Amino acid sequence: MSGLHAALSAGQLFGLFAHFLMLSMLAIGGAITTAPDMHRYVVTQQHWITDTQFTTSIAIAQAAPGPNVLFVAVIGWNVAGPLGALATMTGVLLPSTVLALGFARWSGQRRESRGIKAFTAGLAPLTLGLLLSTGWVLAEPFVRDADHRYGALGLLAVSVGLAIRTRIGPLWIVALGAIAGVSGVV
Amino acid sequence: MSVVAPSGEAVVRPASPRALFFAFNRLALQGFGGVLAVAQVELVERRRWLTKAEFLDTLSVAQVLPGPNVVNLSLMLGDRYFGLRGAAASLAGLLAVPLVIVLALAALYAQFAQWPAVSGALRGMGVVAAGLIIATALKLRSTLASNPMGMPLCLGFGALTFGAVALLRWPLVGVIAGIGSVAIACAWRALKR
Repeated sequence: MSGLHAALSAGQLFGLFAHFLMLSMLAIGGAITTAPDMHRYVVTQQHWITDTQFTTSIAIAQAAPGPNVLFVAVIGWNVAGPLGALATMTGVLLPSTVLALGFARWSGQRRESRGIKAFTAGLAPLTLGLLLSTGWVLAEPFVRDADHRYGALGLLAVSVGLAIRTRIGPLWIVALGAIAGVSGVV
Repeated sequence: MSVVAPSGEAVVRPASPRALFFAFNRLALQGFGGVLAVAQVELVERRRWLTKAEFLDTLSVAQVLPGPNVVNLSLMLGDRYFGLRGAAASLAGLLAVPLVIVLALAALYAQFAQWPAVSGALRGMGVVAAGLIIATALKLRSTLASNPMGMPLCLGFGALTFGAVALLRWPLVGVIAGIGSVAIACAWRALKR
């Protein structure tokens, strides 16, 4: 695989790092919200990876355990190997980490103030709406697939039911999904 | 942080940054297609480090700040207990091992992409990942009962958010700035009374 990486100069690597540094501050709602701009930069503008490599990078990160932000590391890896992964991951995490820690400390000291209480209480219903939206956006492509629509809806309902009504760990429910997928239900 | 939260759920303190590292490592390795659902199970139900309401509050802040939600959540939680050491331990636990796994998968992917069993399993896991997120939202819904705005207004804001983001696909920045600022203003007014 490493033979396929474009050989990036130090200047290009820094450009990659700087671009992801900038995207970090725009990544409200998660790094995935900036994926269209990452695509524009590494595929359309710089031609470092192909369209397919970009889409596959996201699919691999979705299938692997761990936070979704790891797709950023896979993109960096496909662009320039280990150094590319280092450039994109530190770029995308550094500014948001500093801001999250700064805000956590600032708001932690004011936890009982009316402003902070109104802030968290006001946003709580939006957070729940966003969680439902994420679930919907992830499920939609499977439900739209006419061949597997009822299988996908059934599996969706079973996984929601098991997670809410039983103490079965999430990993077992994911394993059930994998078995359902292999046996052609979805 | 109080030992017993207002809701009556006992809250436990993590013992050390080490404990944070292993907890986040454990939850990250269970999280296929996203870690949020597992984080709620591990941090709230299993370890009892946070009540449901505290989890939702922390997640709300993690969500409006730039950066990955779960990463922000891990940083804020780690920092709250053990400062920078705690934040670093949580972040390392969340990312280190999954990063190695995902890069190994990226390197191996070309060999296995054509296997139908692999693509089938990925589809099934994708559906369950969606289901787990939906279940998390439904589990946390009960915390709205203690929201100063009252249940009808909360459900309204939640539904508006879902409509704007999931159905109309509006950019998140606009949704938070628009619906979010109205909701915060409503909460501000409700808190006065």
